[in-house]
Amino acid sequence: MAKLPGPLEIYPLLPGTNCKECGEANCMAFATKMAEHTVKLEACEPLFKESKYAKKLGKLKELVRPPVREVLIGTGEMAATIGGKLVLYRHDLRYSNPTAFFIDIPDNLESDAFASRVKAIEDWTYVYIGTNLRLDGVALRGVSQDPKTFATAAKKLTELTNWPIMLCSLNPEMLATAAKAIADKRPLLYAATLDTWAEVGEIAAKHNLPLVAYAPGSLENLSSLVNTLRAIGVEDIVIDPGTLSTTGLGTTVDDFTQIRRSAINEDNELLGYPTLATPIAAWADHREGEAPELTKWNEVITASALIVRYADLVVLHSLDMWTNLPITFLRSNLYTDPVKPVAVEAGLMEFGEVGPDAPVMYTTNFALTYFTVESDIKQSASNTYLMVIDTEGMSVQSAVAGRKLTAEKIAEALEEYKVAEKVNHKILISPGMAARLSGETEEATGWTVKVGPQDSSGIGKYLQEEKWKEE
Amino acid sequence: MTTDREKTTSLDDMFGDFAELVLENVTIELDELRLALRPMVQQMAKAAARPALEIPKSLIPASFKPPLGKYTRSIQEITLGATKKDGGSRGSTVTIGGHTAPAWDLFQAPPKHPPIIAADVFDMPISLAHAVKMHYREVLDDPAAWAKLVVDKFGADVVTIHLISTDRRLGDTSPNDAAKTIEEVLQAVKVPILIGSAGDPEKDGPVLAKAAEVCEGEKTLLCSATVDVYEDIALAAKKHDQVVLSWTSIDINQQKELNRRLFEWLTPEQIVIDPTTAALGYGLEYAFTIMQRMRLAGLLGDEELCFPISSGTTNAWAAREAWLKNPELGPRELRGPIWESVTALALLLAGNDLFMMMHPAAIKTVHDLVGWLKERRIVKPDEYPDWTTLAIPEGV
Repeated sequence: MAKLPGPLEIYPLLPGTNCKECGEANCMAFATKMAEHTVKLEACEPLFKESKYAKKLGKLKELVRPPVREVLIGTGEMAATIGGKLVLYRHDLRYSNPTAFFIDIPDNLESDAFASRVKAIEDWTYVYIGTNLRLDGVALRGVSQDPKTFATAAKKLTELTNWPIMLCSLNPEMLATAAKAIADKRPLLYAATLDTWAEVGEIAAKHNLPLVAYAPGSLENLSSLVNTLRAIGVEDIVIDPGTLSTTGLGTTVDDFTQIRRSAINEDNELLGYPTLATPIAAWADHREGEAPELTKWNEVITASALIVRYADLVVLHSLDMWTNLPITFLRSNLYTDPVKPVAVEAGLMEFGEVGPDAPVMYTTNFALTYFTVESDIKQSASNTYLMVIDTEGMSVQSAVAGRKLTAEKIAEALEEYKVAEKVNHKILISPGMAARLSGETEEATGWTVKVGPQDSSGIGKYLQEEKWKEE
Repeated sequence: MTTDREKTTSLDDMFGDFAELVLENVTIELDELRLALRPMVQQMAKAAARPALEIPKSLIPASFKPPLGKYTRSIQEITLGATKKDGGSRGSTVTIGGHTAPAWDLFQAPPKHPPIIAADVFDMPISLAHAVKMHYREVLDDPAAWAKLVVDKFGADVVTIHLISTDRRLGDTSPNDAAKTIEEVLQAVKVPILIGSAGDPEKDGPVLAKAAEVCEGEKTLLCSATVDVYEDIALAAKKHDQVVLSWTSIDINQQKELNRRLFEWLTPEQIVIDPTTAALGYGLEYAFTIMQRMRLAGLLGDEELCFPISSGTTNAWAAREAWLKNPELGPRELRGPIWESVTALALLLAGNDLFMMMHPAAIKTVHDLVGWLKERRIVKPDEYPDWTTLAIPEGV
């Protein structure tokens, strides 16, 4: 992996006044956080405000520039930042800026359908560990091949949404017209090619817009294209080596891998830009009479492969729950900070009104397990105790197999949290996945163990039926 | 790969009536589907004055060199199954591992042996998600028929017979009963078979020891040795020349520790490792990262980690999103298998070699993926579709 600068390299380039404006105790503390990539340079306001620091700022920017540059698309709070990657493997530090999902909309869609598709894109959501999973942007495709239609649709899009926009056409005239119409919204232009770099590069440079360099089939061509766009003065570049699904997927995954490895391991500046993948290309193989589900399936598979293999932005067509749940989950998982604690604090939790006859359940302190159980209990509006046992952050199933959840630990927890003093019964409800421990637990605790549902989505029904009270 | 791929059904067949149902409302003009490829060079209007930009006269060439890495060791090659000439009764064998580069870094080296799929077979009826069960309803109480189905119809490379009825809570059947089941499965299919224990700490040792004995000569994989239960299993594997799955729970140091202990009885040709698979959305990243780390460590010389990796991919179904009956989430007939497929795909790219799976569509998808991912070729620019002008039928 490329060498990332340490605090001692960063510190001399800071003002050194310990002004605390950034919220840190002193400049060294700020330098340390910079090195850990937990604060942004922009937080040091004096550096940017005072002209005497201009030289230091220039050097610092160069020093801390990630091996994969960061590119901003759109404006305002919905703007998408992509790239900015520091490492090849998430275990080397963490992945920054989760892959942005842009959903397509054709420019020739009639008015109502156009508006409802934009709304559908904005509304797609799912609650996952306490956060709303969402999509990120809209990719306007120049299907009409008419510059005026394309520009009108672009303008209309900005009236309908404040989400980031990507203008997609290989025709420079189309891009010129639409870019001019919505340049103030900072759309991403798609794309400059080996044939159109001069015209499209000029449009991007003129309006100072981010631009995709698209040179499929050859990483050497892609490097030359980036080299040329840089010479024109285009600074914010996104690179697209071309996406093939099914039989071409091996070539595409290999291209993306070589790009990212070159940028991070070999400091290849020409490929040190965010990458763009287009799983939507799977629709080129869609044939009349064929179930769209099969094409969607391929689109999901292609997108998944490229989310794993370094795509910073993907363009998709599908908007179904079954297609976008797996890819939004995959993105969440891979972009989780690997050093972030995965455990919640052990203890006795209370939900709703708990009296002496309230049920007592237990679970593990793996964050995902806990939050899932918590949300299920809340949704079912149950009144219950939930004992959270320290399993060193392991799920129920793994903890039982790995002996991190044992009858002894359960007994210790009952003791420590003085559960017997809080309720007038001695019935403990175990997770379905821990059924194996029932006998041992009854021996170790003197409590009666009732086995609850296999999945916590069944808790509401289980408690409502009051089965746990039955002899 | 040892199976006849022509036997496998297409995704279309698997979704069957469902797919046809959806088709009813679709009408598309053939012309709309043709790629509207456009001439790429178009001059802009020259009326507007150009800003003071320096436009180069021609493309400024740059070179590109593949970013090769340095790896000092290769991953162990492990062969499962044995044919008659090697003292077994299998029609063919499978070999996994042997890699000299990180997973799918084709520019460095293609995988030495492409990953394979073991379909799960259980020795008693178990509760399964609806979308899985619909494919196995007929064979749930007949492990031999079940094994035949997954090989002949779903294209499994190998079969894992899980002896869960030996669990004291599930029937407490004896090691001899288990031996009978194994014999039946060996008779039913010609592919290599793997043996799964119940996960009962008291029964696993004797059951797998007995399995090692009845599989003498067959080169089976005994699943699994854990930090708690490993001596009996390792000893039996040594005596009967079997391979052992060294299974730990998402802890790379524990994996090294268990392997060190196994080295007392086993040679490197007898170990496959499994760091535990968590489902997409429910800890998949732990499995993903640990597999990536193990593969890299092995390639960089760690002799305690340079083994092929196995995944209990069926664990994907632990995610409620895979099976919940909830119309708002879309058809579970699709959601379940795509969940298993995406879980597998992430681990495929992390470096997994042996997938233990269940849903036929997921098995087919992973087989397809292995075929697609193992080849890179020169692609002409015009083979890449222009998706910007693609006419995609509205409303899908």
